[in-house]
Amino acid sequence: MAVVAHETNEDLPAWSLPAAAGDSIRLASTWPAHLSREWAWGGATGAGVRVCVLDSGVELDHPLVGPVQRSVAATKTEDGVVVADDDSGDLCGHGTACAGIIRALAPEVELVSVRVLGAGYTGSAAALLGGLEWAIGEGFDVINMSLSTTKKQYVDRLHELADRAYFKRTLLVASAHNMPVESFPWRFASVVSVGSHESPDPYAIYANPRPPVEFFARGLNVEVAWLGGGSITATGNSFATPHVAGLCALILSKHRELTPFQVKSALHLAASNVET
Amino acid sequence: MSDLRAAVAAGVVGSDESFRALLQATVETARAIFRAKAASVFLLDEETEELVFEAVAGEGAGELVGKRFPADTGVAGWVLVTRQPLVVDDLTKDTRFSREAAESTGYVPRGLMAVPLLDDEQTLGVLEVLDRPEDSAFTLAEMDLLGLFANQAAIALALLQRARRARAALEGGGDLASLARFAERLEEADEERRAAGLALLAALGRLL
Repeated sequence: MAVVAHETNEDLPAWSLPAAAGDSIRLASTWPAHLSREWAWGGATGAGVRVCVLDSGVELDHPLVGPVQRSVAATKTEDGVVVADDDSGDLCGHGTACAGIIRALAPEVELVSVRVLGAGYTGSAAALLGGLEWAIGEGFDVINMSLSTTKKQYVDRLHELADRAYFKRTLLVASAHNMPVESFPWRFASVVSVGSHESPDPYAIYANPRPPVEFFARGLNVEVAWLGGGSITATGNSFATPHVAGLCALILSKHRELTPFQVKSALHLAASNVET
Repeated sequence: MSDLRAAVAAGVVGSDESFRALLQATVETARAIFRAKAASVFLLDEETEELVFEAVAGEGAGELVGKRFPADTGVAGWVLVTRQPLVVDDLTKDTRFSREAAESTGYVPRGLMAVPLLDDEQTLGVLEVLDRPEDSAFTLAEMDLLGLFANQAAIALALLQRARRARAALEGGGDLASLARFAERLEEADEERRAAGLALLAALGRLL
């Protein structure tokens, strides 16, 4: 019996491949012999791609962010984490900054904000996990996570969620730490982990030959959207991360068929330090 | 058991003043290295979910220690919750931040560097460095330096917290307090008395 998972049920994995069934799962490929930035995202706008910003919220009607299709907040209650519509905007400015970076790179993406800040310090890890689970369930193409947890009790659950996202074709793009600490989810192989470089080019990424940090993107002195409709200059891996999230959105808007594995490969081949 | 050890240690080591001095030295050094107007360490009070000014160098030193604000909003809150360091300039453009800073500290910084203070999986607080010189461009090497300082401040903060827990155990009375007082007296005793005390302890150890 031929197994054609992609034509039957996307949720049903193919566990094995019978003899001579290879032809039945032949996949269309436009992968070029030499992958260039132009092939990867040239002319792309992010149209048709849904990006989720898991952060401190996003300021509504910010000129550098534009329309935010939906804003929700994850809060911890006695019955667990509840995700509900939210109009309190951004509690810090950081989520607005990330959304602005993604919008600048991929102007036509659909942006959704999941606020995980404001759940109190002790509720923050639970809100992070609950917000992430909600976002994966919503089937976003890209989830920007400029945050991490050091709490070991959450690692297994977070790992499970990262893998779930990977197999559901949701790219998790997560900030790496530039401090000697064990934190997650950026250390997982199923996410795209991002550190900073010093170049001002928002499209320049570098592939790291020595992971766990996989890519370096613009994270130094970045002009970012901030509270009050304005902008400020900011530095940190948390600003490099939305640059990669924006590039992922561009790649996916041009090449809808790519899996997270393939998008990561495209990022690698389009990196400034990879010879083609 | 950790309380017992801490209580005994506190009896031997003495007060938490030396750890507080270490923390103060860390913020003074951070301020000097980054040529900043101020540097401070905030301690997370998990019971009230607030950040507390624990040590301040430069602007606000002497007035701010002990002041509190919510731990899950603003730049410091974001850094605490997300474990990610952050450097932001032109903060005066953020009117809400400026107003809140003016109300709580009387000083509105133009820019700040904030980094979480981590002790294994615990986040103990946040180190902030305010207003580096305007003429110096920020580099990623400085970001790494900030991380190194944060590591040192986190160790000092962890020691201070441990000493405070020990002091609380000492002042609380009961078995732990008497044991700690015993350790303290042993430390202060002359050689002959200390040797006798230690012999007694060794005998007690065998008995138990």
